[in-house]
Amino acid sequence: MHSSVITFPGSNCDRDMDVALKKFGFKNKMVWHDDVELPKSDLVVLPGGFSYGDYLRCGSMASKSKIMKSVLNFAQGGGKVMGVCNGFQILVESGLLPGVLLRNKYLEFICKNVFVKVNNQDNSYFKDNKKEVYEFHIAHNEGNYFCSNDQIKDINDNNQIAMFYSDENGNVNEQSNPNGSLQNIAGIFNKQKNVLGMMPHPERMIDPALSGEDGSLFFENLINNLR
Amino acid sequence: MIVNEKLAIDHGLKKDEYKKICDLLKRVPNITELGIFSAMWNEHCSYKSSRFHLKNLPTKGKNVIQGPGENAGVIDIGDNDAIVFKIESHNHPSFIEPYQGAATGVGGIMRDVFTMGARPIANLNSIHFGSPQHKKTKNLLRGVVHGIGGYGNCMGVPTIAGQTSFDESYNGNILVNAMTLGLVKKDKIFYSKAAGLGKPVIYVGSKTGRDGIHGASMASASFDDKIEEKKPTVQVGDPFTEKLLLEACLELMAGDSIIAIQDMGAAGLTSSSIEMASKGNLGIEINLNKVPCREANMTPYEIMLSESQERMLIVLENGKEDLAKKIFDKWNLDFAIIGKTTKSKRIELYFDEKKVANIPVNTLVENSPMYDRKWKKAKLPKKIKIQKEDLKGLKVVNVLNKILSNPNVCSKEWIWQQYDHTVMGDTIQKPGGDAGVVRVHGTKKAVAASVDSSAVYCWAHPLSGGKQIVCESWRNLISVGAKPIAITNCLNFGSPENEENMGEFVECVQGLGEASAYLDFPVVSGNVSFYNQTKDVGIKPTPTIGGVGLIKDYENMVTMDLKEVDNILLVIGKTEGHLDQSLFAREILSEKNGPPPEINLFNEKNNGETILRLIDQKFIKSAHDVSLGGIVTALSKMCIKGKKGATLKKPNYLINEFEYLFGEDQGRYIIEISKDDLKNVTKILKDNSVHFDELGMVNEGDLIINDKTKVSIDDLIKSHTTWLTNYISN
Repeated sequence: MHSSVITFPGSNCDRDMDVALKKFGFKNKMVWHDDVELPKSDLVVLPGGFSYGDYLRCGSMASKSKIMKSVLNFAQGGGKVMGVCNGFQILVESGLLPGVLLRNKYLEFICKNVFVKVNNQDNSYFKDNKKEVYEFHIAHNEGNYFCSNDQIKDINDNNQIAMFYSDENGNVNEQSNPNGSLQNIAGIFNKQKNVLGMMPHPERMIDPALSGEDGSLFFENLINNLR
Repeated sequence: MIVNEKLAIDHGLKKDEYKKICDLLKRVPNITELGIFSAMWNEHCSYKSSRFHLKNLPTKGKNVIQGPGENAGVIDIGDNDAIVFKIESHNHPSFIEPYQGAATGVGGIMRDVFTMGARPIANLNSIHFGSPQHKKTKNLLRGVVHGIGGYGNCMGVPTIAGQTSFDESYNGNILVNAMTLGLVKKDKIFYSKAAGLGKPVIYVGSKTGRDGIHGASMASASFDDKIEEKKPTVQVGDPFTEKLLLEACLELMAGDSIIAIQDMGAAGLTSSSIEMASKGNLGIEINLNKVPCREANMTPYEIMLSESQERMLIVLENGKEDLAKKIFDKWNLDFAIIGKTTKSKRIELYFDEKKVANIPVNTLVENSPMYDRKWKKAKLPKKIKIQKEDLKGLKVVNVLNKILSNPNVCSKEWIWQQYDHTVMGDTIQKPGGDAGVVRVHGTKKAVAASVDSSAVYCWAHPLSGGKQIVCESWRNLISVGAKPIAITNCLNFGSPENEENMGEFVECVQGLGEASAYLDFPVVSGNVSFYNQTKDVGIKPTPTIGGVGLIKDYENMVTMDLKEVDNILLVIGKTEGHLDQSLFAREILSEKNGPPPEINLFNEKNNGETILRLIDQKFIKSAHDVSLGGIVTALSKMCIKGKKGATLKKPNYLINEFEYLFGEDQGRYIIEISKDDLKNVTKILKDNSVHFDELGMVNEGDLIINDKTKVSIDDLIKSHTTWLTNYISN
């Protein structure tokens, strides 16, 4: 399986993602934002960080990077594209995913472990996943998902919500919502479910010595599904 | 502009210093030159009041690659790996503008580390605020925390540990000390010593603006009523540009183009160019028209004194200009050849084809003033006799609750949750433990780091306090299973022109030096911040120690959370019930006099080394050093972290219950061991002449202190976690 991780100026989880993908068997290549063509890839990942300092709106300048044209084409042709944290923000800014990510409800950066409940398995990311509730790590200032009434209706009608913030038993409630996200949304798909955007960082949970190991389950499952 | 004595005094120079400048130059300096002298000779850059005493600190050791005098210290951690680290203050700017002040403090210290070729792998900070009730405290706390997070998070460097305290002596002068650790290969360390003649001098990074002019001079003076007017002297940070600068510098450093490199920190282009020239014993010629400027019509004076952030000065090998430029172009950063090295041993500046400054480098550095200031020796205060009546009516539960919720003990989760502490994927001990720990990427090794200060002890008796903080740092590293290697210090004091404040400095440094020499825990880098003072009132003396240690195999790392029911708890080190200057005495009895606890360096060393032996043999399940709030506070934190309880045994001591539980005797740890190992552990402790007491046992869910005193873990958690969140949200 070949994967590509895009490095934008200001990306800072690109190396972590590279380490994680390789650990679970991907042959990963790092791709510079100013490149025109994507290498042969079964999965393209937009990593976390502060692309262009997040100075205009998070992800907005990166979404206009040269490489993004190829990423858009790749996604429109059904290629798997995953955006984590800032990568998710870039995906919504580029129009590959609906909605926006606003500043966290309490106006503070949050770095902690959270639980997320996987909403559907009807896609290559979570098909046959071993757990319904994952313990993942979040680290963001703008993860408060929001969209219009029409959009959320569409999203629900198409079963596009990938995961909700929940408690450890999978109950989706206000107490388990860390950032004020609409309907506790932690991640969403596009209609075809080949594009996934999520705020949590599975790449930070791939070793028992770290915050936990649920990221390992996620990546193992992902590579199996793509094979 | 006419330069005269009055203008020199306005620049923060003293009368006789101005006279010395005129004598050295054999003429009156022009305005640009005066600006340069004032920047180089202020306290912040010249260490004129502290150098005399700092030279006595132990700075050498078998693991020390680079001691003080470079951008940061460097230690050897084996296998061609080295750790570069330093702590630095950004106190004055953070009080004036908390967000930018704190942010640029973090940015500045990271630049010091990657200037040496190291990729930053961990940040720490030690921040101190006025009384929580003081009207400015809440906003300063918010601003500083946001600033530290804003910069560190964007850089993608985890903030792994820290320290926050509140004390009314910081009402008018808060402290923000930031520390960074970086990882470098031993054979790829870069230094600031220029070498070779006619080598191009390169400017890279952000453009130069009018921000931060005279920042270092501002940080070398006390505050007065007009402090708000100093806002323009605070620099403005751009972490995005620094991230690009980091990547670009490391890319260039992978090759062999760089002769010397120096970041532009305090006093900007002035100090960076002069330091490189001074260390290389040569001259530098700069054409100021070539310096990339953000604003039009900047004068040579402004260009030389700007403290705009995210800039570096590099001396390149001839012929490497194009290659270097290509890298900086790729990262969208300015790159300009602004001058060259010369044999003149002078700093020569040109602007609009005129020579605007011409100063021998040695007059700025070697000839800078050095003062052996007057200082007053502190007496050891008399021991307080605590009256039995004072303790009557006190209930252990109530006292414990009060101590756990004390602003200086309570959980700081609200703070560290705003710092990305897991980016880079190697953080194996998060904030909230004894020390933060990160793995050395791709290896079995891990590096532990901790920041500590004990202003109350240092204020009560500077010599003991100075020793105590080094020992506390040492204990924090031992507690996670790390072998302590070296320290960096950030010495925050009031005015050196006041004999008492100067005495506090001298004796703290003396204590610090004694302890670090005894423990073979040398000082490899540091910074002095004087004039933490508003009008006549200085802060409590607050030397901050950043300690670094090595864990050879990270699987042997120890944490403080209680692990298993029925395990045995031991207190290592002798409990004598020292209450003077303890949190108990201050907060419960309102007794602020008396000496701080004594330090026995032999016991510190012996206890610590023996614990490391026990850890190596995997006997220790959890460990925590005993500090503020004594045994029961330390144990409560272990209970909270492990969500388990503990049952205390009746102590073998004849001292009072409060002395036993809340006394702050030094050199102590609580360790958890399995019942089966008790005999072996006891033997090792006895063989090494380490004093220990059996404290009790781990249980399911209550802290049982005696027959009448039982506290549930939920109550402990509540006491420990509510103060800060309530304070911030109200």
